[in-house]
Amino acid sequence: MDQLFFAAEVFLNGLMAGVMYSLVALGFVLIFKASGVFNYAQGVLALFAALTLVGIQQGQVPFAHLINAMFGTNLHHFGWTVPSILAIALTAGIMVLLAFLIEKLVLQHLVGQEPIILFMATIGLAYFLEGMGDVMWGADIKTLDVGLPQGISDTVETMTADWLGYGFFLDRLDIWATMIAALLVAALVAFAQYTKQGRAMRAVADDHQAALSVGISLRFIWVMVWSIAGFVALVAGIMWGTKSGVQFSLSLIALKALPVLMLGGFTSIPGAIVGGLIIGVGEKLFEFWIGPLVGGATENWFAYVLALVFLVFRPQGLFGERIIERV
Amino acid sequence: MFYREAGDFKTTYRDDGQTFPIRLDRWGYYVILAAAFLVVPIYIDAYWANAVLVPFLIYAIAALGLNVLTGYAGQVSLGTGGFMAVGAYAVYKLMTSFPEVSIVIHILLAGGITAAVGVLFGLPSLRIKGFYLAVATLAAQFFLVWLFNKVPWFYNYSASGQITAPTRRVFGYAVTGPTTSAPAKYLICLCFLFVLAWAVRNLTRGTLGRKWMAIRDMDIAAEIIGVNPLTAKLSAFAVSSFLIGIAGALLFAVYLGAADANEAFGINKSFLVLFMIIIGGLGSIFGSFAGAAFLVLLPVLLKNILVGSFGWPTNLAAHIELMIVGALIVFFLIVEPHGLARLWQLTKEKLRLWPFPH
Amino acid sequence: MNQQMQDGHVTADGRQIGGVLMDMKNITLRFGGVVAIKDISFDIRQGEIRAIIGPNGAGKSSMLNVISGFYVPQEGEVWFRGEKRGPMRPYQVARLGIARTFQNIALFDGMTVLDNIMTGRLNRMKAGFFSQALWWGRAEREENENREQVEKIIDFLEIQNIRKTPVGRLPYGLKKRVELARALAAEPQLLLLDEPMAGMNVEEKEDMSRFILDVNDEFGTTIALIEHDMGVVMDLSDRVVVMDYGRKIGDGTPDEVRSNQEVIDAYLGVAHD
Repeated sequence: MDQLFFAAEVFLNGLMAGVMYSLVALGFVLIFKASGVFNYAQGVLALFAALTLVGIQQGQVPFAHLINAMFGTNLHHFGWTVPSILAIALTAGIMVLLAFLIEKLVLQHLVGQEPIILFMATIGLAYFLEGMGDVMWGADIKTLDVGLPQGISDTVETMTADWLGYGFFLDRLDIWATMIAALLVAALVAFAQYTKQGRAMRAVADDHQAALSVGISLRFIWVMVWSIAGFVALVAGIMWGTKSGVQFSLSLIALKALPVLMLGGFTSIPGAIVGGLIIGVGEKLFEFWIGPLVGGATENWFAYVLALVFLVFRPQGLFGERIIERV
Repeated sequence: MFYREAGDFKTTYRDDGQTFPIRLDRWGYYVILAAAFLVVPIYIDAYWANAVLVPFLIYAIAALGLNVLTGYAGQVSLGTGGFMAVGAYAVYKLMTSFPEVSIVIHILLAGGITAAVGVLFGLPSLRIKGFYLAVATLAAQFFLVWLFNKVPWFYNYSASGQITAPTRRVFGYAVTGPTTSAPAKYLICLCFLFVLAWAVRNLTRGTLGRKWMAIRDMDIAAEIIGVNPLTAKLSAFAVSSFLIGIAGALLFAVYLGAADANEAFGINKSFLVLFMIIIGGLGSIFGSFAGAAFLVLLPVLLKNILVGSFGWPTNLAAHIELMIVGALIVFFLIVEPHGLARLWQLTKEKLRLWPFPH
Repeated sequence: MNQQMQDGHVTADGRQIGGVLMDMKNITLRFGGVVAIKDISFDIRQGEIRAIIGPNGAGKSSMLNVISGFYVPQEGEVWFRGEKRGPMRPYQVARLGIARTFQNIALFDGMTVLDNIMTGRLNRMKAGFFSQALWWGRAEREENENREQVEKIIDFLEIQNIRKTPVGRLPYGLKKRVELARALAAEPQLLLLDEPMAGMNVEEKEDMSRFILDVNDEFGTTIALIEHDMGVVMDLSDRVVVMDYGRKIGDGTPDEVRSNQEVIDAYLGVAHD
């Protein structure tokens, strides 16, 4: 019986991780739908956002290392700290600025290129942003605390212990993260469905030319979706950064959104949500049951292998449209 | 003596199809070969071998391998690091299990084993394309590295989890292990690169190369003119992985001497090699060399300037390198998607018309 | 309606028309609920030029795709050279000796004209992997022999001067010609042309017509072509199949088809009931 509860606990934890994957995957889907760009840099965006947030919050001097190296100064901090809310708002602003710059300097010059070229360009972008994050804020592992509750939730533990005779261990941060992510997912879906900008975005996704001809500005839409993706990256960066520190591996966690997308289909919003949940639960359960037999740390590859195997049997993903090839 | 084909008439299709149809190119090629084999080994020292030449030769093999798959056959792979790890661990197991067999055979066998693994992970390419496939190859990358870290048999149950290359000799000279001399490291890598590059050149100009390029340019049309996509794609995966496996084996056994799957063959290695062929030129043998040279030299150069001359910290230089490489990738994709190879070709075309451009 | 022809029939201009090369029997092709081809039968004889015509959306391209193995029909049989063709992948069909061109030009843009045409001969080159890697023995011999054949086709289609040009840089008309060259390089038994004149000006159309007739005349290649342009088709072809809304509404010599009431209705746009 305990074993079953244990599995249920793993399942719940997987579900909560999955919601985060869904959120990041949604960032991908929005960009892919609106601009046909498969954005490999999404993970690094999350890292960059988290680094920037910590940097602003703790009053770090941007590019301190570079300035010190160039002028022999010894700058580190301004000596103030910025309240979390303000720091988050400032970071969000920087992400919008970044979206604008990416559109201006990269995407605009690659219009009409093959998707695979765009994909490789985002890999280059990922490298650039990773380097820039490090140069701006330093590469040491940072702790991030924006006041989210952490630690095992006593309420859940005592409640479940009373009802079921088995206390569920759930991290309060995870619970909060799940709620915020679920809220954001709902907000994004509502945005895409019901607002004027959302409709314009979907129109662009369907047909660039047709959207242009009814007076929708492609550039505006692109900056908008990249800003949204940046914002989503920020939220993911906050959650994961709070949990395990702000460091390079954060961008690898966010990369899990890629197999999520392959599972869900690149163009499907419900696909991203369901795919994220499947991957989150799948990798936790796999690690729980199979992991101990093979030495653990299967989370590194499980999502990718699952997506790979799945795609061989259903190349268009769970909810993607079937591709009919024509000559 | 002008650089052009005028007056250099080809009278047979054989002459017309040769690798360097222009006489000056052919001579240049022989001069470079002679210098590489006869002159460099005399003057090479440990710094040049370790910092520049040996990594260049090894990465040139890896870049050639990836270029076969991505540049010629059009299948983007992000699993290069994982496949290099297969080559490294295969050669390690072979070296330690059969010490009496020549290391050259072990390296070739390691390439063969990698080719088999490559074909296995290439099977999905029959169903999935483009960046779907690119992401699918990430499965190979993460799974293989995890496998070599987690299964002690692969690293002979060593306490550190690392693999370490024992000393092995070719013609009495040590080519692996701590006592290897700089010329020996250089020459064994050079020999492999020379033979492999020559074979790849032959494959890409013949039937198989045309099948690969047909699949790359338009897979449906290729199938309708009679190219079997199964054999075309899988042969590209096999040849590509063979080269990448050999590069991985050389990187571990000859260059590094000791390796840990996570550090030596992580996802960054996949990107490094991919960047080499993007900057060098997709679908070009010269481009594989140029890209490998560029990305091997860039960090050395930056380190010399930023750390050596300016006295900046090493890690800052490394981060600036990331930014420069990333920016260069974007730059090349925007301005010259065919890479350095195309720039070289344009220069040569201009040279052919010189001094009368009109 | 189906006009009977004798084996060994000789056309007015002296070409030999032989027995049945390809026989399509009761072909039906559906995409989901949409019926693209509905119970169509016709044959193609050795040495003739056979046209399939019809208005937009009549199912002509689908029919060509069935012949070249790209689509597999739900019902019906395809007979080629007296044998029933089982379910086959397109590359297997190509190896039977069926080559084709495409309406929207499907050349390999990254390769030179010469390499593109050489791909047409891929199925004739049998050198093993190691022979190719070493460029020694069979691989080199085959390359040069096949190059000779390809050069003949290059001369025939008058494209000597663009041999080494990457195909992506060529203008439309030349691309069409290169595509024809690639199909011819395979020395096919049956050559399928998908709207060979589409998007061409009058001069280019005349050139293309001449090439098609020359190919048929000099190499004796059987040709099946789809065309929009009624005028051109009537001049070129020996027999014509007319399709409309996935059905066959006419089949016979150009003169017979021209006087067929149903065909006239389809082309002049009489309302369908």
